[in-house]
Amino acid sequence: MADGTLQVGFETQGSAVVISPQGEIGYSEATVFRTWLRKAHDAKSPRLVVDLSKVDYMNTPGVATLVESLQIAKKAKTRLILCGMNEKVFAIFKIARLDTVFEITPTAADAIAKA
Amino acid sequence: MNQSAAANSPAMQDAQIRVELLSHPTYISGVRELVSSICRRIGFPELCCGQMALAVDEALCNVMKHGYEGREDQPIAIGMQIHEDKGGNDHSFIRIVIEDRAKQVDPKTICGRDLQDVRPGGLGVHMIREIMDDAVYEKREGGGMRLIMSKKNPSQGSSCGLPDAGGGKNHG
Repeated sequence: MADGTLQVGFETQGSAVVISPQGEIGYSEATVFRTWLRKAHDAKSPRLVVDLSKVDYMNTPGVATLVESLQIAKKAKTRLILCGMNEKVFAIFKIARLDTVFEITPTAADAIAKA
Repeated sequence: MNQSAAANSPAMQDAQIRVELLSHPTYISGVRELVSSICRRIGFPELCCGQMALAVDEALCNVMKHGYEGREDQPIAIGMQIHEDKGGNDHSFIRIVIEDRAKQVDPKTICGRDLQDVRPGGLGVHMIREIMDDAVYEKREGGGMRLIMSKKNPSQGSSCGLPDAGGGKNHG
């Protein structure tokens, strides 16, 4: 399969690791995204913020990587926060009834500020 | 492509637009843009255009991942039948047919998973059924599977898959 062209920012802000994918997270890019999420978990930070404000599009393979990440976070007692979703991306979480499963904030600043 | 997925398929006969592609994920985005563009042209609301494209994306992902098990050189055919409401009493709708030559499965076994069971995967069929008014899987004559999906313009009555989206930026 193609690897896709997803670019992912990775930084530490205080006690939070913030990863910021940019572009589309479809079938091809989900594998790349999963690799970055695992790298973020390896940092063993108490909070992991996934800033989706630069994600134009996501399908269910992309959502599945986040569900997998949530499972890892729960086991590691890491707080996983999603933020910055546009309307189209949020709609996928809504249809999949995952909008109440994930902790979601409007912006990365909100996620980082959360205690 | 060695063989067409849709050669002389009766299900494709009414389609004004027909696209054939290989089962490579790179081509999904192009189909998505085509679908959303057509939906926009016949007056579907913007959010719904994106969801129609998502439904087709999910269907193609399922064919590539489960049907063809990752093989990237297999045929997929897409047909779109469009009825545009030009001010009369009828409604705009789009009917999308996706055909492949992948392994056949019992259509009754193709169902979305229980959403209470939060785990990765298994969401694609649920998405398709939520977004579209109708989504029917069937075995193709001569091998492969067929998915027939249809959607009326939601601005004229039917829902768009999410009754109360709101937008992610309003949720915290």
